[in-house]
Amino acid sequence: MSSEQTVRTLVVAEQSSGEPDAATARVVAAAAALGEAIEVLVVGSGAERAAEQVARLAGVQRVHCCEAAHYDHAAAENTAALVAGMAGEYTHLLAAASTTGRSIMPRVAALCNVAQLSEVVAVQGPDTFVRPIYAGSVLATVQSDDALRVLTIRPTAFDAVGAQEAAPVAALAAGEDTGLSRLVDEQLVSGERPELSSARVVVSGGRGLGSGDNFRLIEAVADRLGAGIGASRAAVDAGYVPNDMQVGQTGKMVAPELYIAVGISGSIQHLAGMKDSRVIVAINHDEEAPIFQVADYGLVADLFEILPELVEKLPRHES
Amino acid sequence: MKVLVAVKRVIDYNVRVRVSEDHAGVDLAHAKMAMNPFCEIALEEAVRLKEQGIASEVVAVTIGPKAAQEQLRSAMALGADRALHLEHDEALESLHVAGLLAGVVEEEQPGLVLLGKQSIDSDNNQTAQMLAAMLGCGQATYASDIRVAGESVTVTCEIDGGLRILALQLPAVISVDLRLNEPRFARLPDIMKAKKRPIESRAAQSLGVDLAPRVRTLRVDYPAERQPGVRVDSVDELVDRLKNEAGVI
Ligand SMILES: Cc1cc2nc3c(=O)[nH]c(=O)nc-3n(C[C@H](O)[C@H](O)[C@H](O)COP(=O)(O)OP(=O)(O)OC[C@H]3O[C@@H](n4cnc5c(N)ncnc54)[C@H](O)[C@@H]3O)c2cc1C
Repeated sequence: MSSEQTVRTLVVAEQSSGEPDAATARVVAAAAALGEAIEVLVVGSGAERAAEQVARLAGVQRVHCCEAAHYDHAAAENTAALVAGMAGEYTHLLAAASTTGRSIMPRVAALCNVAQLSEVVAVQGPDTFVRPIYAGSVLATVQSDDALRVLTIRPTAFDAVGAQEAAPVAALAAGEDTGLSRLVDEQLVSGERPELSSARVVVSGGRGLGSGDNFRLIEAVADRLGAGIGASRAAVDAGYVPNDMQVGQTGKMVAPELYIAVGISGSIQHLAGMKDSRVIVAINHDEEAPIFQVADYGLVADLFEILPELVEKLPRHES
Repeated sequence: MKVLVAVKRVIDYNVRVRVSEDHAGVDLAHAKMAMNPFCEIALEEAVRLKEQGIASEVVAVTIGPKAAQEQLRSAMALGADRALHLEHDEALESLHVAGLLAGVVEEEQPGLVLLGKQSIDSDNNQTAQMLAAMLGCGQATYASDIRVAGESVTVTCEIDGGLRILALQLPAVISVDLRLNEPRFARLPDIMKAKKRPIESRAAQSLGVDLAPRVRTLRVDYPAERQPGVRVDSVDELVDRLKNEAGVI
């Protein structure tokens, strides 16, 4: 693209039951790094209510709102068709690198016959981006030659934008229901706890916990700190905790103020998901464990002795 | 029903990658290579579908240099009936790979296409979704359970908030996640037999897909190193430092 081409960005937001996803404000921040013309698309049941909130995110100039149930549950086929139909008006299409964004945006890109760039962590210009590869062992700076750039944004790499006077919201006519897939069931983990990818503190347990029951020790620490709870793949595979708690290359990416890794060895795949945390604490009885290489504070000790004492001595979180 | 499985040759997941001296890419010259772990899971699922009498034939396809035939041999040792190689020496982007796979689907007419959800080198997580778009069929991503019944398939998908179960009309494209199954190891006699089996190889260009690069890698770098940390000797010291030094609690 010639650098004179005017940037015009469409952010594909996520919402459920009228509540926009917290990552939206971060994706808008990435859009703001591209240019001022930022519009947002909100789809599905509840889109109208969510659009009102999205319109107040600083920098958003217009919100397109498509209230139709066949976009619910991240319906990739229907949503991608709708977004691809709008793509002609834009130079950039952005979504969060969530399971939803990662499912929809490649489909959009293929429908538009352009490349897609995943998990962008920095915007260097309208066509130049930084993204992690090889489980985050290296960062690639890439330049896209397509006239339309379709990106997923790693939310933790951008600070959420603030608020503004509401931008206009325009209703958008729904596209067709492709009928290619049908929702059978959804089993969502109800969260009294802070959502893992936006929590200020995350406490994670690994194989060292030895059982699902022992995760109560992790919960006790998390309760004290008002923290989200994560896990290594080994802990999820062993059935100690559900899949949505996995942190890492193939799980969630987190970058909290404080990450406490307990009984986790620190494989490259786990580190990929948490090494951008501000402060990392590792508790492990093996002093050679690689997790200590990234830990700001390492405690070589048996977790079963340490965690009860830690719960006692941590200040109580005020919520 | 025929099942098509795409497999990719990548650096072994245990290998620490090194940035090349000129920062143009990573140095793969002497690195140990293997089948992408997610592709192994896709292949295992296809083989199990055949063992259950649901799949009639398992076809493995790879796109890559001549050396990628090694991964096709592994695929046959693990149970693939046929192996297709689209030879191409330069690295390809997901859009190209999906385009080539769409060509293969056209020829082979599988009822189901299984792919890994991402490859551990580019970490793109795109090819299955792109392929589904090109074929105009339904997609399911991050599968942890797959059940075929008649003309449809029910897939449990691992999503950020938990699990989502989708029903797709066949033909469909599914990308698989880690917890779908645990791949078997190949047995020695099967490895020996697979060495003698034919591989249907041809140039990737022969499919008439535009393979011109869309994205250029300007450079690669190591991420900023973290400052070395300290060992603490007690819970008291840990809590004190978190409170007074780091200010995070
Ligand atoms: C393609 C692929 C993708 C992957 N993606 C991910 C991913 O997204 N996330 C992820 O986490 N992993 C992922 N993995 C798996 C990864 O390679 C490791 O196997 C996994 O992270 C190990 O989990 P762990 O640290 O809990 O277990 P282990 O490596 O077994 O470590 C357990 C640790 O607990 C310590 N310990 C045991 N008992 C105690 C005790 N009583 N007190 C204190 N410490 C104790 C041990 O010293 C050890 O260090 C992936 C692997 C592959 C191949």
